[in-house]
Amino acid sequence: MLSAFSAVYARDLRLALRRRVEALLPVVFFIVAVSLFPLGVGPEPQTLRVIAAGVVWVCALLASMLSVSNLYALDHADGSLEQMLLSGHPTTVMVAAKAAAHWTITGAPLVLAAPVIGLLLDMSPQGLAVLVGTLLLGTPILSLLGGVGAALTLGLRSGGVLLILLILPLTIPALIFGAGAIGAVDSGISASGHFSLLGALLIVTSLTAPLATAVALRIALE
Amino acid sequence: MNQTMRWSTFAAPSRFYRLAAALNPWLWGLAIVLAAAGLYVGFFVAPVDATQGNSYRIIFIHVPAAWISMVIYLAMAFWAAVGWMLNARMASMLARALAPTGAIFTFIALWTGSFWGKPTWGTWWVWDARLTSYLILLFLYLGFIALVSAIDDVVRGDKAAAVLALVGAVNIPIIYFSVRWWNTLHQGATISMTKAPSMAQTMLVAMLLMTFAFWAYAFAVVFTRAQALALERERDTDWVRSLAGKEA
Repeated sequence: MLSAFSAVYARDLRLALRRRVEALLPVVFFIVAVSLFPLGVGPEPQTLRVIAAGVVWVCALLASMLSVSNLYALDHADGSLEQMLLSGHPTTVMVAAKAAAHWTITGAPLVLAAPVIGLLLDMSPQGLAVLVGTLLLGTPILSLLGGVGAALTLGLRSGGVLLILLILPLTIPALIFGAGAIGAVDSGISASGHFSLLGALLIVTSLTAPLATAVALRIALE
Repeated sequence: MNQTMRWSTFAAPSRFYRLAAALNPWLWGLAIVLAAAGLYVGFFVAPVDATQGNSYRIIFIHVPAAWISMVIYLAMAFWAAVGWMLNARMASMLARALAPTGAIFTFIALWTGSFWGKPTWGTWWVWDARLTSYLILLFLYLGFIALVSAIDDVVRGDKAAAVLALVGAVNIPIIYFSVRWWNTLHQGATISMTKAPSMAQTMLVAMLLMTFAFWAYAFAVVFTRAQALALERERDTDWVRSLAGKEA
């Protein structure tokens, strides 16, 4: 079981390393999307400080949703996805490995880029620390939920936009607690409640989303 | 038909079709009569509200629509799951038929709510917990409809829709409570719904009449849509052919 997990995980990382520019596209999208906000809203630091947490979180959310539509599409196109499902290893393990690889390739760079982006929006130092913490807990949730959408929309026309429509409503709790934690710290309240709820969400999602993804993959490839 | 009735009797599309055809005129009639009575009581008999004036009368449409839109999502998830797990074709068709009706009732609830909000709260929209969660419910309905219509293969579409509806149904309480919490954190002074101390008898009567009218309408329109789906999917079977022969 563990060997199946690590094999799929290592394979996806290796594939990403061979297409380095492609793998970095979500982070580039994230940075470009965030930097549009000062241009749209205006450069006043006090305005930017108020919206910073929400903007960073929403852009991270969109970046992972855009990148997750390719999670199964490429493997589906070259037939390797069917081989994985036929291999006899539990599909949920495979799906969990794919989600973990997606997080390592796109989620982790988003977490690393977030403090720099936060500085551009004039966030406070303690706000930046909380932002990194919430993204660390929140981006795996996005990768896991995105996997469900990617499996449901596998091989469909307009799959990418459809995936976003299906999954965005489900990511609202993560967005609320993720962005809310920074607001709480900035207004002098402890963010531990937010962190606990994000952690609970992560646990629930990591227990249920791989099951739903595995079922959806089986349905899509029947 | 002298065969014994079982719980699965109407799982056969041909029998469901006949049942729906027999019930539909009654349901439509009931919907029209109850809606006429409810609207009459609500708009002409019920007294003017002391604090809100005449604008409160929107609740006779708003509240029943809000109730029904939430129940329909659960019914949709239930039938989609039944259709998926028991391989019951009619249940999946029923789930598909429920989605547009649920979406339109959610939209009506939001629309009338905003008409009520303008004179009462002085604004078309507030990011109140209840309003926001209804907006998200509308998104969930739209996602379901979009997924179902994007998948050409009927069997795959039914199963994928069932997975999505179940994931949505599990998430609804999480979304609702997170939205409520978000709302209490962000909004300093939440506008409270001004409740009348006790609802006048006629107001309650009008609201119940409208609720039953909406239910009758929902059943009728969902049955009609399910009939159309059954005819379309079973077009190569004998019962559809003989039905078409009879009508031609």
